[in-house]
This record gives sequence, C-alpha cells and structure tokens, in this order.
Amino acid sequence: MIEILFYILSAVTLGSAFLTILSKNPIHSAIWLVVCFFSIAGHYALLNSQFLAMVHIIVYSGAIMILMLFTIMLMNLNISDEVSKPVVTKIVATVCFCLIGFFLVSALAQTAPTLETYTNTGVDFQSIQVLGKVLLNEFVLPFEMAAVLLLMAMIGAVLISKKDKKTA
Amino acid sequence: MEHVLQQIGIDQYIYLSIILFSIGAFGILYRRNAIVMFMSIEIMLNAANLLLVAFSNYHEDANGQVFVFFTMAVAAAEVAIGLAILVAIYRNIGSIDIDKLKNLKG
Amino acid sequence: MSTTILLLTLIFPLVGTLINGFWGKHLSKKVSGAIATLAIAASFVISCIFFAYIQGSQEPVKVVLFEWMKFNYFTIDFGFYFDQLAALWLLFITGIGTLIHLYSTSYMHDDENFSTFFTYLNFFVFFMLILVTGSNLAMMFIGWEGVGLCSYLLIGFWYKNQDYNNAAKKAFIMNRIGDLGFLIGIFVTGYLFHTLDFVALQEQSYLAPTLGIATMAFFIAATGKSAQLPLYTWLPDAMAGPTPVSALIHAATMVTAGIFMITRLNFLFDLTPDVQHIIAVIGAITSLMAATIALVQNDIKKVLAYSTVSQLGLMFLALGLGAYEVAVFHVITHAFFKACLFLGSGSVIHAIGGEQDMRHMGGLRKHMKVTYLTFFISTLAISGFPPLSGFFSKDEILLTAFHHNIVLWIIASLASILTAFYMFRLLFLTFFNNFRGTKEQADHLHESPSVMTLPLIILAVLAAVGGLISIPGNSWLNEFLKPVIKNNAASHPHVLGTTEYLLMGLAVVGALVGLFIAYAKYIKNKQVPVNDNNVSGLQKLFVNKYYLDEIYQAIIVQPLNFFGSFFKNQIDGLINGIVLSFGRVPSELSYQGKKAQNGNIGLYLFAFVIGVCGLLYYLFMCY
Repeated sequence: MIEILFYILSAVTLGSAFLTILSKNPIHSAIWLVVCFFSIAGHYALLNSQFLAMVHIIVYSGAIMILMLFTIMLMNLNISDEVSKPVVTKIVATVCFCLIGFFLVSALAQTAPTLETYTNTGVDFQSIQVLGKVLLNEFVLPFEMAAVLLLMAMIGAVLISKKDKKTA
Repeated sequence: MEHVLQQIGIDQYIYLSIILFSIGAFGILYRRNAIVMFMSIEIMLNAANLLLVAFSNYHEDANGQVFVFFTMAVAAAEVAIGLAILVAIYRNIGSIDIDKLKNLKG
Repeated sequence: MSTTILLLTLIFPLVGTLINGFWGKHLSKKVSGAIATLAIAASFVISCIFFAYIQGSQEPVKVVLFEWMKFNYFTIDFGFYFDQLAALWLLFITGIGTLIHLYSTSYMHDDENFSTFFTYLNFFVFFMLILVTGSNLAMMFIGWEGVGLCSYLLIGFWYKNQDYNNAAKKAFIMNRIGDLGFLIGIFVTGYLFHTLDFVALQEQSYLAPTLGIATMAFFIAATGKSAQLPLYTWLPDAMAGPTPVSALIHAATMVTAGIFMITRLNFLFDLTPDVQHIIAVIGAITSLMAATIALVQNDIKKVLAYSTVSQLGLMFLALGLGAYEVAVFHVITHAFFKACLFLGSGSVIHAIGGEQDMRHMGGLRKHMKVTYLTFFISTLAISGFPPLSGFFSKDEILLTAFHHNIVLWIIASLASILTAFYMFRLLFLTFFNNFRGTKEQADHLHESPSVMTLPLIILAVLAAVGGLISIPGNSWLNEFLKPVIKNNAASHPHVLGTTEYLLMGLAVVGALVGLFIAYAKYIKNKQVPVNDNNVSGLQKLFVNKYYLDEIYQAIIVQPLNFFGSFFKNQIDGLINGIVLSFGRVPSELSYQGKKAQNGNIGLYLFAFVIGVCGLLYYLFMCY
C-alpha cells in the first residue's frame, strides 16, 4: 500500500516537474510547479515528517508560488512573447540532462555505499515538539540569522523593485 | 504502521532526487524565460531537500530536517530578491528573455 | 687605555656626519661647519692621547666588538686594531683633516650645499679611520670601499657640471678595478691562512706557493686607490672636486691607503720578492711618467695632481724595495707639504675668482703674502732642499734605491729633478712677474681670510720641520715602527758613509738645477707656456699624457662599447624575439578564449553544468 503510494507520488513529482519546464505558457508552468510541490509535501508526509510537510506547503506552495504568479501576471507575459531556443540548444540541454543524471547515478554506483535496511527504533525525533526544541536550543543562532536574512531580503526586494524617481 | 523506508529502501529516494535534480538542470538549459529558470532552480533545491529529509529519517536524526528549514528560509529570501531583480530588468528592457541580457560581455 | 675612548675616535666623525646629514639644512652655515670641524678635532685630540699612550707602552690595543661572519673553518670579527702604524695614520688624518675642515668653512662659504659638503667630508674621515684601524682585511675593505664612495661623491660635488660627473665616474670605476683586486686578495688570503686577522696572519705567515697571487692582487688594489700605473688616470681628473677635497682625499689621506695597506701586510710582501720587484719598477716608472706630464700642465691643480702621482710612485718604489718605514716617512711629509700646496692653490683660486689656468696668473706675491710664503716653503720641501722635510724623506728613498738598483735610482733622481723644475715653474708662474688676468680680476685680488691662512701656516711649519722625525742615523720613526714592520731597517742600513753624503749632495744639486732652469725660463725670459695645440715633439707627448687615456679608450672602452652595441642590437633582439614569442602564444590563445565570453548566460550555464559533471567525474569515478 505505502509502496504503491510512493510510486504514484514519485510519478506525479517527476511528471509535473517535466511539465513545468515544457509548458509554453509560464502560468501553466507555475501551476504544474504547485502540483510538484504538493507531491513533494506528500513525500514528506509519507516519511512521517508532518511538520515539515505543512511548512513546505505553506512556504513553497503558499508564499513562493504566489509570488511567482504575481510576478508573471505583473509582467503580463504571454506565450507569444516567448521565443523558443534554437534546436541545437534543446539537443544540448537534453544531452546535459542525460549526462548529469548519468554521472550522479554512476557516482552512486561507483561509491557503492552499503545501505543497511532501515529498522524503526520508534524514537521520536521529528514531532513538532522535538523539532521546536532542537531549533531553539541547538540552532538558535542560525535561526535568528535566518530571521535577519529574511528581513534583509524584504528590505532589498522593496529597494530594488522601487521605481527610480529620476528615470521614471 | 510500517515505516515507508522499511518497504522501499533509501536508494529509491536517492534515484528520485537524482532525476528531479537533473530535470531542474535540464530546465535551466532548456528555457530562456527567466521565471521558468527560477522555477527550475526551486525544483533542484527541492530535490536536495527531499534527500535530506529521507536521510534524516534513515538516521533518525532531527538535524537533517532543521537544515531543510534553513534551506527553505534561504530559498524564500532568494526568490524575493530574484523576482525583484527580474521586475527591475523587465522594467528596463521590457523583456525577461535571458538571451537578451548580454551586458556582461566585455 | 680605555677602548671606549678609542672608539670615540671613530664615532665623532660619524656623529658629525649624521648631524649634518639629517639636520644640516636647518642649521646655519656657521654651526654646520663648526660641528664638522669640532668632530674631527675631537678625534684628533683622542688620537694624540692614544699616540702618547702607545709611545710609552708599546702595547697595541685590540677591540673586538662582535663576530661579524662565521664560516665553517674561520670567523671574521668586527674589530679594530690600534697599533703604531694606525696611530701615525690616525694622527695625520685627523690632524690634517681638522685643518682642512677649518679651511673649508671659509672656502665653501658661498656654496648652497654647504652642509652636504661637510657631511661627505666627515663621512670620508670616518671611513678612512675604519680603514686604518680595522683589525682584519674585511674591516679594512669596509673603509676601502667607503673612502672610494666619499671620493666619488666629493669629486662630483658640483654635480651640475657634466664633466665633473664624468670625472667622478671615472674615479669610481678605476677604483673599482682595484677593489676587485682587493677582494681577490682577501679570498686568496682567507683560503690560504683561514684567517683575515692581521695579528694572526703575521704569526702564521709562511711561504705558500700561491701567496704571490694574493700579494699581486693587493698591489693591483693599491694601484687603483693610490693612483699608480696603469690605473692612475683618475687622479688628475679628480681635481674637479673642490680644492679642500683635493687636498684631503687626493693628496694627503685616501691615496696613501694603498701604501698603508702594503705596509700593514709587509710580512706577506716580504715573502714574495717577485711582486716586490714589480712594485718597485711600477713605482719608479709612474714617478717619472707623472713628473714629465706635470712639466707641461697649465692648470694649477693638475700640476699638483701629477706631482702627487709622482710622489706616490716614489713611495711605491720604497715599498717595493722593502723599505716600508721610508715609504711611511714620505707619506707623512708628503701629506704635510702637499696639503699645504693644495690649500695654497685653493687660496689662489679663491682670490682670482675660480681661475685655475696659470697662464692667467702671476704677480700674486704682492697681494697674497701669507699664501706666497707658505707655498714657497712647501715648494722647497717637495723639491728636496735641506733641511726641509721633503729632503729627508725623498733622500732616504733615493738612498735605498741606490743600494738596490742603480737604474731605479737614476729614474727616481730624474723624477725628483723634474719635480723641482715643475714645482718652481708653478711657483714662478703663479706668484712672480706681473698679473696676466683680466682687469676685473686684478682689482679683486686679496689675501684669504685668516681661517684659510691659519691652516696654511700650520702646514707650512710642519712641512718645514716634519723631517725631524726621521733624520738619517737617528731615526725616531724607524724605532717607533719596529713592532709593526717585521723586516725592519735590516735590508737598508743607514751607515752614513762618503757615498751617502755624496748622493745627498747630488740630490740637492739636482734640485738646484731644476730650480735654475725654471728661473731662467720663467723669470729671466718671462716665458709663458704656449697653447697646448702649438706644441711639438716630446712636449706634445707630455701634453697628451702619453696618450694613455686615448689608449684605454681604444683598447678597453671601444671594444666594450662595440660588444655592448653588438649584444644590444643583435643578441638582445634575438632573445627578445624568443621571449616575446613565448608571451605571444598565451596572448593569442587567450584572444581565442575571449570569444567564449560573449555575455550569453545560457552558454555560461552550460559550461557550469559541464563543469559540475567534470567535478563529479573527478571526485567519484577517477580512480
């Protein structure tokens, strides 16, 4: 049952990722990406990481994708604007896709890690309670840094996208 | 309930994220629309995240998931800034076609 | 005697140099000159104290400050050795140095680089003192190089005149040839004896088969510094420097460094008689040659310069004959009267506004009484009239030569007769008859201030009585130098027999002959030397200085220039081409590579992905 669920989710993830890239219309790309993210969230849930699954949906599907969609709509992009790349580029891109996949897989095969079969010890390590403690004890400094980083990103985004008074 | 890793093994997750990552790289090279390229980058990031979570489960260690949180935070910041830059570019040259951005040429 | 006080001898001039060098521009000329003079005077006082000490105790003082260099089988100390020989040199370097500093305060008064001049002058004295007090050859070499440097700086002191700069360069290069000899000598000595220390060398000197190379190299060094054939040509040109410099460096002190060095190493030279013969012959030939050139010079300082070369030649003759103390004696007396002559000529030049040509002088006797009188005494001294100092010292050289080799005696006697002639020619042309310069100069004629005449008087007195330190038969100097010179007074006995008195008489007659020829020519007939272009025969040879400069030009300078231009035009171009083509290859390659930088982000990303693949391959699959 779980096995079947995993394979379905994987198929959805890969398929929607492909469709994200191959869609001519950017809005369609965005929609497919949302699907992709949801399926990844499903993976997380399958792995019993409920908190992460929720955060993933909120951040990626909620925040980031909305931001992208807004930008696309703001720019009013249509299919007609998009000039497709020359065939050579497409072939090269495909070759590269195969190449990088091949190299990664063969790297894995070459190193031949001895993967033991997983045994569930039943220790609680990924409930919200545990993660919260880890995050605010061990990783409190990076946590605060991340907060500062987001603040900076916000200020930066406002600054960059603000219309320049002189040129406008 | 039996854990998923007991059923399908960690190597399946590795292959999944390899393919997902390769798709992201493919998208970067294949498209010339900057926003879609951005999406490809997000796909690659998610491939890495997925593997991190899988291994976090495998080792029963929370650190891997904490790392994913930070990746998400950085990704959010990156998207915010990146899109702001794209908007600025679009405003300046009226397009976000990556092939038209050739000002780097010396 | 306290070593600290002794070292002060060296430190005072250095302090003077530093003060004048760093703050000289901010000091008034009076203060600047006073500091420099006082520094040397203080050294002189200490030298006198030390002299009194060593005269009584006979004990040399050795001061080792620290270990300078250490090789696996011998070490070189940074040390000083104050013995009788050093004491003599200390005395007359600082003594005459003080007088010349005093003189310079007036002579250089109008110069804009007044303090710089005293910086150099003090620096020179400092190095000269190191040269004479160094406890080993390496220390001596420091001084040797240092005085060469100061000589260069001072010859080219009026650096705005390119001729003077050329003269300075010539002096420096000529000295450099000699310095190479010194270095070779040091290396050979170090190789043979495993020490450079004078005391140790003296103790273990033995007849080594290659010692001749060392002594010959040292002699070459001496010919450079002391202006002997074949390297003497720099000294006459060195007269480009201010006159006090000529007096101090190029007459009294620096040029005697070669003689000092050979005397210091007398125990080595005694072991190589062949080299001694060469020294004697070179000395004699230089002496005669310089004297003949001096006959026809018209520049007052040039005459004195050639006279210096000639006198140095006589000293080398004495060195070559093994009569070291005789050479030292002549060095001392020569320092007195030649310094006096140079300062006198400086006084004359000063009086007639920079004119150096004797044909435009004359009759100065009436205007410059003190200068005339001192100049006259010194001229008598250098010509060898008894009982002035020059008579005793020169006569001893002639006596020694007579006992060894009659040919050398004849050459030396001829040189001293010529000396009498050209010195009186100088005297008569300058001070007698009527003034031949312009009206303007004639009105301007005056005696120099007392600061300038005082040194003249002191030096003239010394030139007159200096001979008393070593009168034949009862020589104080020979006794004093006994500890320093191994082969002391043995090879040249001072038995005053009939022959000796006869020889003395002959020398005096020779000097008189020179005097009367000059008198007849320049006082009675009132001749004035003709222009250099209108001379013929032997005189022409003398005027052109035996064409020595031209010969050097032809056989050394021009081939070198030829090779230089050959290498510059041909070889350099070839090498340049090869080297440049090495540079052109990457340049071309990078030009091609530049095309990849086309600003296309897609291409960059593609390269990036390929790079990642390569990295993966290298990290995981390449073993």
